[in-house]
Amino acid sequence: MTHLRSELRQRAEELIALYPRRRSAMLPLLHLAQEQDGYLSDEAMAEVAELTGTTPAEVRGTAAFYDMFHLEPVGRYVVGVCTNIACLLAGGEELLAHAGRTLGCSVGGTSPDGLFTLEETECLADCNIAPVVQVNHRYVRTTTPELFDALIEDLRQGRLDHDVPPHGTLIRVRRSGGLRVEREELAAERAEARAARDARAATEAN
Amino acid sequence: MATLDAPRIVTSRATYADSHTLSRYLDTGGYQALRQALTMFPEQVAAQVDAASLLGRGGAGFPAGRKWSMLRKSPVSYLVVNGDESEPATFKDHFLVERDPHQLVEGVIIAAFALQVTQAFIFLRGEFALGLERVQQAVNEAYEHGALGRRIFGSSFSLDIVVHPGAGAYICGEETALIEALEGKRGFPRIKPPFFPAVTGLYGEPTVVNNVETMSNLPWIVQHGGAAFAALGAGRSTGTRLFALAGRVRNPGVFEIEMVKNTFRDLIFDPRLGGGIIDDRRVKAIIPGGVSAPWFGPELLDLPLGQDEVGERGSMLGSGSIVVMDETSCVVRAAWRITKFFSRESCGQCTPCREGSGWLERILYRLEHGGGRLEDVDLLLDLSDNIAPGLTWPPQQTTICVLGSSIPSSIHAAISMFRDDFYEHVEHEGCPHD
Repeated sequence: MTHLRSELRQRAEELIALYPRRRSAMLPLLHLAQEQDGYLSDEAMAEVAELTGTTPAEVRGTAAFYDMFHLEPVGRYVVGVCTNIACLLAGGEELLAHAGRTLGCSVGGTSPDGLFTLEETECLADCNIAPVVQVNHRYVRTTTPELFDALIEDLRQGRLDHDVPPHGTLIRVRRSGGLRVEREELAAERAEARAARDARAATEAN
Repeated sequence: MATLDAPRIVTSRATYADSHTLSRYLDTGGYQALRQALTMFPEQVAAQVDAASLLGRGGAGFPAGRKWSMLRKSPVSYLVVNGDESEPATFKDHFLVERDPHQLVEGVIIAAFALQVTQAFIFLRGEFALGLERVQQAVNEAYEHGALGRRIFGSSFSLDIVVHPGAGAYICGEETALIEALEGKRGFPRIKPPFFPAVTGLYGEPTVVNNVETMSNLPWIVQHGGAAFAALGAGRSTGTRLFALAGRVRNPGVFEIEMVKNTFRDLIFDPRLGGGIIDDRRVKAIIPGGVSAPWFGPELLDLPLGQDEVGERGSMLGSGSIVVMDETSCVVRAAWRITKFFSRESCGQCTPCREGSGWLERILYRLEHGGGRLEDVDLLLDLSDNIAPGLTWPPQQTTICVLGSSIPSSIHAAISMFRDDFYEHVEHEGCPHD
């Protein structure tokens, strides 16, 4: 029995096959694990270690470096409010404080009903609509306390299920087509092309 | 008034709601540049990019053509596209990946052909969930269209592109950290030398790393020629450039304008661009190229938007982000928040950066929130001097990468320009703007 459900396990194998080395699939695979559990459980990290040819400690050590990976359970929705420079100038700190009051939790905490985890983020690169708010890494473009409260209500009622899918930044990313070609084969092909090109250049020179 | 008669090179489809789709892309000349490039020698394509004098659009502004020519002697193994856009208030690559992903993909294929690379990676920051979907979709469609894969458009050139997600780390915008992340590790910048991944890159092999906007310029350059690109702008700053304008302006956004022909004032005040300051207030300071750049005061508003023009005045155009602060903005709070960012994002390898950023952040915090001391102002400069000795521009480096030496920029600028604001915070025991 694997911890990742079979569909995710299948996608994990496909992702690994895209890279010259298995370990390169580390970040994509951790995103897949969060798609299933919302956070990185010990079981998931052990499985990612097995899949990438690393140890669980290496997986944890890598995951802990990146802000998007959660090592503790989170709510169904991770709400990020940016307070970096452009958002600061547009009231980002005030919106973050308001978000904490609405959700009933502090920054880094989860609302009492377990639905929402609140984060203070660094710049999310959408500064023309500031302050920037993301829910599960979808831009929701709610810049005022009123819009924020309406957003939370919509999420509670499930009205935004289309715009805000569950966890996992790759949840709607699928690679279709494309093939990994052995590099030796491509090198041979490239040499052949170069020879043809040189021949062409020689002809043109004459 | 701004000069806006230059062609739109990377935002020509911005007005279409379906600008990200293959059908729109093909209807507007998409993949014609690639077809044209495939009839040329790879060296000829590279020569066009050289002739364009295209400066890399990521932040360092290194000429893309020269970056490539370092590799022309030996075969390149990998092309890696840097789409980790995380410099605060920079949001132009976000625009390009969501709004015109095929243009990016076509640019990558052209670059890969010029470099004769058969494997490319597009590294996008993980927070770009929609961007990841759109670029992967564009890659999928390019495969179906025959623009990617084996023997592209019937030529002898083959290429695979893998779209790779980051996971939230500013430092991965540093190209050697990005490569580490692509190898499945923590984003620790590598020790230099070698200075360029061209020597030792992904899996230790020669690698070219180019920015999203740099790649997005290539289809136009191939179609119109490097000379047409170089005819725009002036001096070393050729072509157009995307500027991400944010802060206290009426109309923040991403604007493509010709390099050098416009000034900060044009960009901020022209009604077709920034539209002026909210409530018609006065400019207090601008951050001209991302938060790693030293600030300018309103006396430099008439400076042209060019790489050397800004560089000569002791700052940089950097990532193309321009943040405007007005008289309602607290410069101490701004410097504190920027320093908090660097402190959070320091990867932790080098002591001056890891420890220094935290100390600076705590001192700025107490100045802003009460508890600051008069001597804190010079203490900030003294600590900054330990991270970037001499507080010169460009800064001296005591750390593996330039994140460390970027920390003092805002602090040094804010104190040089607004020392009295800091003293006011001490006397007021906190922020007088609250």
